[in-house]
Amino acid sequence: MLKVVNLTKRFGGLVAVNGVDFDVEQGEVVGLLGPNGSGKSTVMNLISGALPRTLGEIDFDGQRIDGKPPHRIAKLGLSRTFQLVRLTPSLKIRDNVILPLAFGAFPVFGSEAVKRADAALEQVGLAGRGDGPVQDLNYIDQKRLELARAIVTNPKMLLLDEWMAGLNPTELRTAMDLIAGLRDSGMTILLVEHIMEAVRALCPRCIVMSAGTKIADGPTETVLADADVIEAYLGKAHV
Amino acid sequence: MKTFGILTFLVLAVGMAVLPLGIGDYGHGVLVGMMSYIVLASAWALFSGPTRYVSLATVAFFGIGAYTVAVLADHLPFGAILVVAGSIGLCVALLVGLATLRLAGIYFVIFSFGLAELVRQLITWFETSVNHTLGRYIFIEVSTAQIYWMLLGLGIITLGLRWWIGNSRLGLAVNAIGDDETVARHAGVNVTGVKLALFAVSSVLITLAGAIQAPRWTYVEPSIVFNPTISFMTLVMALLGGPGRLWGPVAGAVPLYFLFEWIATRFPDQNAIILGLVFVAIVFLVPGGLLSLIDKWRARARAAGEQAHA
Amino acid sequence: MFFSTLVIGLVLGGTYALIALGLTIQYGIARIMNLAYGEITIAGAFFVFLLVSSMGLSPLLGLVLVVPLGFALSWLLYGIVFHPLVKRASHAGQLEIDSILVTFGLMFLAQGLFTMFFGSEFAGYSWLQTPVNLLGAKIAAGRVLGLLIAVLIGGGLWLAMQRTRWGVNLRAVANHPEFAPLVGINRNSAARVAFGLGGAIAAAGGAVMSMYQPFTAVDGGFLTMKALVIVIMGGVGNLGGALMAGLMIGVVEAYVSYAIDPGLTLAATYTIFLGVLLWRPKGLFA
Repeated sequence: MLKVVNLTKRFGGLVAVNGVDFDVEQGEVVGLLGPNGSGKSTVMNLISGALPRTLGEIDFDGQRIDGKPPHRIAKLGLSRTFQLVRLTPSLKIRDNVILPLAFGAFPVFGSEAVKRADAALEQVGLAGRGDGPVQDLNYIDQKRLELARAIVTNPKMLLLDEWMAGLNPTELRTAMDLIAGLRDSGMTILLVEHIMEAVRALCPRCIVMSAGTKIADGPTETVLADADVIEAYLGKAHV
Repeated sequence: MKTFGILTFLVLAVGMAVLPLGIGDYGHGVLVGMMSYIVLASAWALFSGPTRYVSLATVAFFGIGAYTVAVLADHLPFGAILVVAGSIGLCVALLVGLATLRLAGIYFVIFSFGLAELVRQLITWFETSVNHTLGRYIFIEVSTAQIYWMLLGLGIITLGLRWWIGNSRLGLAVNAIGDDETVARHAGVNVTGVKLALFAVSSVLITLAGAIQAPRWTYVEPSIVFNPTISFMTLVMALLGGPGRLWGPVAGAVPLYFLFEWIATRFPDQNAIILGLVFVAIVFLVPGGLLSLIDKWRARARAAGEQAHA
Repeated sequence: MFFSTLVIGLVLGGTYALIALGLTIQYGIARIMNLAYGEITIAGAFFVFLLVSSMGLSPLLGLVLVVPLGFALSWLLYGIVFHPLVKRASHAGQLEIDSILVTFGLMFLAQGLFTMFFGSEFAGYSWLQTPVNLLGAKIAAGRVLGLLIAVLIGGGLWLAMQRTRWGVNLRAVANHPEFAPLVGINRNSAARVAFGLGGAIAAAGGAVMSMYQPFTAVDGGFLTMKALVIVIMGGVGNLGGALMAGLMIGVVEAYVSYAIDPGLTLAATYTIFLGVLLWRPKGLFA
């Protein structure tokens, strides 16, 4: 589904992502981990086209997507959420969800779009809220709306950038159930997350980054026990 | 609700169309001025309202339209001249848009700020060094009332376009762009393409508004048709009414046009001072535009009603 | 001719650079896009013009007086007009649009007032017109002095920003406004001081300009435009960049006006501006 080869990003003299390779298979849920500043979010931004890559190749669903603008990548069936929630407050809640439908690979607009948007809102737990303004939503509901916007087009792959950060334990439970539901429906998911509970529960496989390079890739339990990974998170003394 | 809106619009259009019948030439002149600003403010808001790119290029396109008429008046029929003017406006809009719309809004503001002056300098230079003359006469047989009707037609087209955009997926896209371009891009919107298209449409409408009115001045010179006050008036009218709403620019243009006409006759020397004060007052007193006050009143009335029930 | 045009360009560019310095401080630190900036410059020019033409004082004295006045005026303006907008704005974009609109209003207001008091004719006085020979080019002494003053103020400011604690504070606010409060810098007062400082420089630029060039009540718009182009070319908030870009624009204008047509100077400035936008939107020296 997704193949990343020698992906590199430099900001001036700073190398944020340095020769990263990995694959994600159809239907897999993969966690992308690493300490702050290790380049995880940059990798997400490179895949979605938000940032241009410096070197390397990204293939998605058999097509080369590095160098493509984000709206083309989105049309190929790759959706994402953002590290800090980003919504469009001049549109009412339902229209936030209709937007990607109206500009997807097969544009849907009008009553059909309303039906699908409402279904997506219901799926994330915002049933009946479509006519309200975005400003009425609290934090978890904003996150829900962002997820509805990302999944309404039924994407082949979903990128979640710390989507579960900042939730309280009850909300986290709900959020994990939502993602598990998407996984069970066969969606391929790559998620950046700091909450280990969620990572262990959702991701059979993890990739760990440190200082811009990939330091581990494998089954979650093995990876989390890896000496390099522990060192990257906690420093040498703990190994 | 929708049919009611369309009916009101039709009645209003017919009413506006028969207006010149009962009044004389002075009245026609006033109507032309008012309709011109209705078109300019609405066309301005077509692009700048949702995208929040503050354009000060209005008079650049207005002037291009007027000057095209001045150059071609003796060579082509008026209808053909309008087509040429619109095409020139389109080309300039595409060039300027491609160069500046990919960048942050502030660059666009600055560039549009000077675009009129740039075009004026280039035309002045061309006229004096190539044609060795400055200023042209326009002799086209069009009455003031006919000009008014053409502007009215343009106004109906402009409002119709704004209504159509507001109800199409394009409307979703432009509003999303105004909020957050990154989100719009990741939702599949070709952001640069949408901005460019709207800017081009808005600019062509403004160019035509300038071209249609050109026969009213019999003598045209770059400094007359590229008068920057036109850009500022357009901006302030659209903002006063509320550029995000279909009728906002109209609601701003009509009262301000008459206010400024009155000021221009009563206090001709204080024009700029008053225009400046109006600008500042709008930002502080009605930041969302006049029509947003209606929403506020409604919300207050509703709140009061709910309180009365409780 | 080549050489004297270069000198004329540098003199012109020196004033542009000085004026742009103030704007880059206002926009880079106070984050206010001030489109009425050129009006402060013109106000400074009129002030010195009044002192010289009606009281017979020296323009240099005018320059000394105009700096604190420019500071006070802009400082007050920030407190009365912009601070409420900063507090009200929900995000940076909102503040940018609001400040553009308000400063437009102020621009008109100021132009209207200037026209009311001084009329729309050119204002100016002659001072130090004796030509001096500068490396083969004959230039009026006033212009040379203007360049010197511009370099002195610009250089002094640059040193102050680099070397003093006060300058470091201001630069901290410019680079990371969100972190400044963490190290005990009051963002609001820093912004206010920066805005005042920008105004002081604008007024000084006007005083210098009046020493060698007549001006009108409505010239502020052009000055703002040129200053904005220079600020963006140099990189927003980059003092050295503004200095270099200002000198460049001055030289280009001098050559265009000598070799092609004096009426095309703005066209030339804009062509350069477009080139910079397309090629290096973060500024020439980023």
